[in-house]
Amino acid sequence: MYVLLYTDALIYLLLIAIAVFVVCAARSKPLRVPWLRVFARPVGMVTLVILLAYTAIGVLDSIHYRPTVTNEAGETRVSGEVVSVLDTIAAPLIEHTEYTYSAPFALHSYVQQVVTAADGSKAQVYPRLAHAGTSLNDSGLTRGEDIARRAARGAGWGLAVWLALCVPLIGLIAAHQRLSPATVARDIATDNTPLAWRAALIAMAVLAVVVGVTACLAGEYHVLGTDKVGQDVLYQAIKSTRTGLAIGTLTTLVMLPFALLLGTLAGYFRGWVDDVIQYLYTTLSSIPGVLLIAAAVLMMQVYMENHAEAFGSTTARADLRLLFLCLILGITSWTGLCRLLRAEVRKLSELDYVSAARGLGTSPMRILGRHMLPNVMHIVLIQVVLDFSALVLAEAVLSYIGVGVDPTMNSWGNMINAARLEMARDPIVWWRLGGAFVFMLVLVLAANLFADVVRDAFDPRLRGAEGGRAVKRRAPAEPAGGAR
Amino acid sequence: MTSNPPLLEVEALRTHLDTPAGVLRAVDAVSFAIAPGETLALLGESGCGKSMTALSLMGLTPKTNTRLLDGTVRLGGEDLLSLSEAAMRERRGARIGMVFQEPMSALNPVLTVGQQIGEALATHAGLRGRARRERGLALLEEVGMPDPAARWDAYPHELSGGLKQRVVIAIALAGEPDVLIADEPTTALDVTIQAQILALLGRLQRERGMALLLITHDLAVVNEVADRVAVMYAGHIVELAERETLFAAPRHPYTRKLFASLPGAAQRGRPLAAIPGTVPPLTSDLPACRFADRCEYAWAACRTSAPSWQTDAGARVRCHLYDSNYRGEPLPAAPAVADTTAEEAKGDAEPETLLEARDVAVHFPITQGVFKRTVGHVRAVDGISLDVKRGRTLALVGESGCGKTTLGRALARLIEPTAGTLRFGGDDLAALSGRRLRAARRHLQMIFQDPFSAMNPRMLVGEIIAEGLVAQKIGQNSADRRRIASELLADVGLPAAALDRYPHEFSGGQRQRICIARALALEPDLLICDEPTSALDVSVQAQVLNLLKRLQAERNLAYLFITHDMAVVSYLADDIAVMYLGEIVERGPAAELLSAPKHPYTQALLSAMPRVDNRHRGERIHLAGNLPSPANPPPGCRFHPRCAHVMDRCKRESPQARAFGTDHSARCHLY
Repeated sequence: MYVLLYTDALIYLLLIAIAVFVVCAARSKPLRVPWLRVFARPVGMVTLVILLAYTAIGVLDSIHYRPTVTNEAGETRVSGEVVSVLDTIAAPLIEHTEYTYSAPFALHSYVQQVVTAADGSKAQVYPRLAHAGTSLNDSGLTRGEDIARRAARGAGWGLAVWLALCVPLIGLIAAHQRLSPATVARDIATDNTPLAWRAALIAMAVLAVVVGVTACLAGEYHVLGTDKVGQDVLYQAIKSTRTGLAIGTLTTLVMLPFALLLGTLAGYFRGWVDDVIQYLYTTLSSIPGVLLIAAAVLMMQVYMENHAEAFGSTTARADLRLLFLCLILGITSWTGLCRLLRAEVRKLSELDYVSAARGLGTSPMRILGRHMLPNVMHIVLIQVVLDFSALVLAEAVLSYIGVGVDPTMNSWGNMINAARLEMARDPIVWWRLGGAFVFMLVLVLAANLFADVVRDAFDPRLRGAEGGRAVKRRAPAEPAGGAR
Repeated sequence: MTSNPPLLEVEALRTHLDTPAGVLRAVDAVSFAIAPGETLALLGESGCGKSMTALSLMGLTPKTNTRLLDGTVRLGGEDLLSLSEAAMRERRGARIGMVFQEPMSALNPVLTVGQQIGEALATHAGLRGRARRERGLALLEEVGMPDPAARWDAYPHELSGGLKQRVVIAIALAGEPDVLIADEPTTALDVTIQAQILALLGRLQRERGMALLLITHDLAVVNEVADRVAVMYAGHIVELAERETLFAAPRHPYTRKLFASLPGAAQRGRPLAAIPGTVPPLTSDLPACRFADRCEYAWAACRTSAPSWQTDAGARVRCHLYDSNYRGEPLPAAPAVADTTAEEAKGDAEPETLLEARDVAVHFPITQGVFKRTVGHVRAVDGISLDVKRGRTLALVGESGCGKTTLGRALARLIEPTAGTLRFGGDDLAALSGRRLRAARRHLQMIFQDPFSAMNPRMLVGEIIAEGLVAQKIGQNSADRRRIASELLADVGLPAAALDRYPHEFSGGQRQRICIARALALEPDLLICDEPTSALDVSVQAQVLNLLKRLQAERNLAYLFITHDMAVVSYLADDIAVMYLGEIVERGPAAELLSAPKHPYTQALLSAMPRVDNRHRGERIHLAGNLPSPANPPPGCRFHPRCAHVMDRCKRESPQARAFGTDHSARCHLY
């Protein structure tokens, strides 16, 4: 049975908004040109591929349903538990729980246990893991050989999938540019295309191999080890992706209406409107954000505990808390963008074309919509992309101090919070922190690099007539600036 | 030519730059020489490579995208282009000084005048401490800075534009250069200040025996100061002559067209000679003669072989017309001196009054502190009354800061007037608001100075022109509005294909046409034109003025033409109102006011105007000082601190308007 959580709905809404934006951008030249410039840079393409991969995980984890289960009596009923498509794909990871900590690729537990042998003698040993290297006995291979074989098989699968993706992609490019697929393939190989397709394809190949290898190994080993109660850390890290993305994007969704509306109103109308809005955001930004968030989240927590019956499942409860966190983060973080927009709109409203529009009798709301908004969009875009990585990190920090997402929810912040004790024990457990760190680092680094490229592309000083790179083989590009 | 050996010799200088559109041949084989004590003017329109020539001489071409920089630049026998950057740095300032166009950006806003002059003195003369200050004060004295000791510790923002330009010149002089390059030194300044700075440059050059390379687009400025003139077009020099020779009879067809496209009283009532077409892009393969495509004398040879230098009665010109090998075509005579008898036949019965402004005032409050307490008012416009009549042009003339733009915007209700009435038709525009004001706006439209900022860069030209139609709900649907827009474009001389393009794809003149089309879409009765041609080149200005003239005749439009350019005024205006510090000091019919100005300020303004024609020049009146602040206008007559005829009475009471004839009046105690 399909289940729609609040954050799911918002994530779908966001995806639809992005799709509409892409269609609009493709049609309007002033928007298309800087975006083509983004994709002409290898960094832009590589980071886009990584971000898309994360998005794919997030989307798979945002389609929730209640599975039907069959009990011992043979009757089927709808489970009370809500799972996502990602959970179904990663079912082996969920089911392969161990007793307690185990290191990555280990065959034995990380913690000694007292085992009573058949003869009654007790011995302290590192017990064999239940779900790691189970086929070694049958095949007679050593662990290293088995890992190598599986990795090779995974890499093979990855490359096969990559090739299967490449062929239609090259076909599409060829159809778009009206060239033969062979020519396009040669151009990509020599990196002689308007957009940085070679970098994109290389990034996709690397990604496909990494995913293939991990997938093949994850069925038989705990690639990132297990945690205290024996759950697979790789699964936790992957599940956390959705939390991070949701915080990074939904907060923006909450913040944007505030910032856009208040910023443009303050900048355009000035006078008392400006005064009120300015005092509002000055006051809000002088209250420490963490305090406000902590107060709001703690209140929410109390409410949820008192009204436990209102929530159908723990997942729904955790989801509502995530949504609430996004809301409160959004409400505290619109001031920065609002301030930028106010200044920019103030500057724009001095320009002659705004005077001209007023002189033509255009109404103020139409001026805001037609003249102001399109001309501040680049600022909004740059700020949103920059904020995304900051928000992902903020989630980790807030969860670490205990006012973040629900403790039952997988998130990088919760993983790091738990690692506090693990780093303090001896011998230390490093893989939970390490896993969260690697996943978060790749996402935030990709987002930051992407933001850099976007900012460069929208820099008005670099405003050229055409997006994309000059291609050497073809006829010289049209003169910039068109007719003079 | 001067008999002295040349000080600065430039030979076959080429500067090519890498741009996204290809290699830009900004300077292409430019050669000239300047003797000590001589002024050479490098004249050309924007984009012809004159500024890049100056930067190349200084070795200041952009490092990252300079593709090629060759030729020779010999300064006193030393080839500057072969010097290392370190050696060049020693020559810069010490042997060649440079004065830039924009004094506001040439000075560092966080350093005092003294620090900036001191820095130049320390670098070039090695002066320290007391000696440095004394030398710096002497320099300020030399450039005519009033009260140098008080200005030494002033920051640039405390000085007016003219004083800042004096500081820039003082800095350029600190290294005692042999050659001074002045790149459009007066373009950003007002006419009266321009006259001061040009006089200063001339005096300094005489006293120091410097060579002066003056880069300008303004023929009149050239006439004021230059000894010789080099006319640049599309990256190279097309004509090089003594000033008198050039101004008596320009040789090159391009130079002739430049002279012919200058507006003035002599051209009244007939279209100006505009140059058809545009400058060929310097990134493309240029035709044999770069002007051939726009030249009315061009024949086959001009398109196949590049013209070589020819000498004709002392002038050197790069044109086939003067080449004996090609001669055979009838050589047209130099343009005849314009006859001033042509006067328009506009003497019909008294036209109806469209806009009647009475006692309009715009005061901006000056606020202080957290609670925005009002501590005073900037009286930008202070009680002005004027009438604009159907089908006629009223020119509003004044220097920057006199409030003429504020008045124009207040008349269009883009700024709220503090007081006064604006009677337009049956309505008082000043009392309307909201929906009724928006509806009333269609009768009165505005054209702005800068066509680049007057259009939303993210809207198509079709949308821009249709904006007013949408706002006023004219036309049934978008197809209908599109039809109206394409008709308007045709009316201003642009193809209908322009509808689906963005403003940045057009040149300045074309953009101004689009702005005019947008204003005309609502079929207004009155157009307020705020310096519509001052951002444009002379030849493009002629096109736009011709268009405005034609539209006025066709549609019986009234113009309120706001400008500081007296040449445009004398060409276009029927009536003139002269504004000084928020008040109108003199008004009257154009012919009467221009020939017999009454107010001392009008007289000074007219005499400070640089001219191309030296015959009608009377005695020069140099206005001292600067425009006082409108926040604190002088008591009595506002002009008295700068007036040559000041009397005791002027300091006490504000003069009333005195009438001279039917429409001519001035506010001055002299009469």
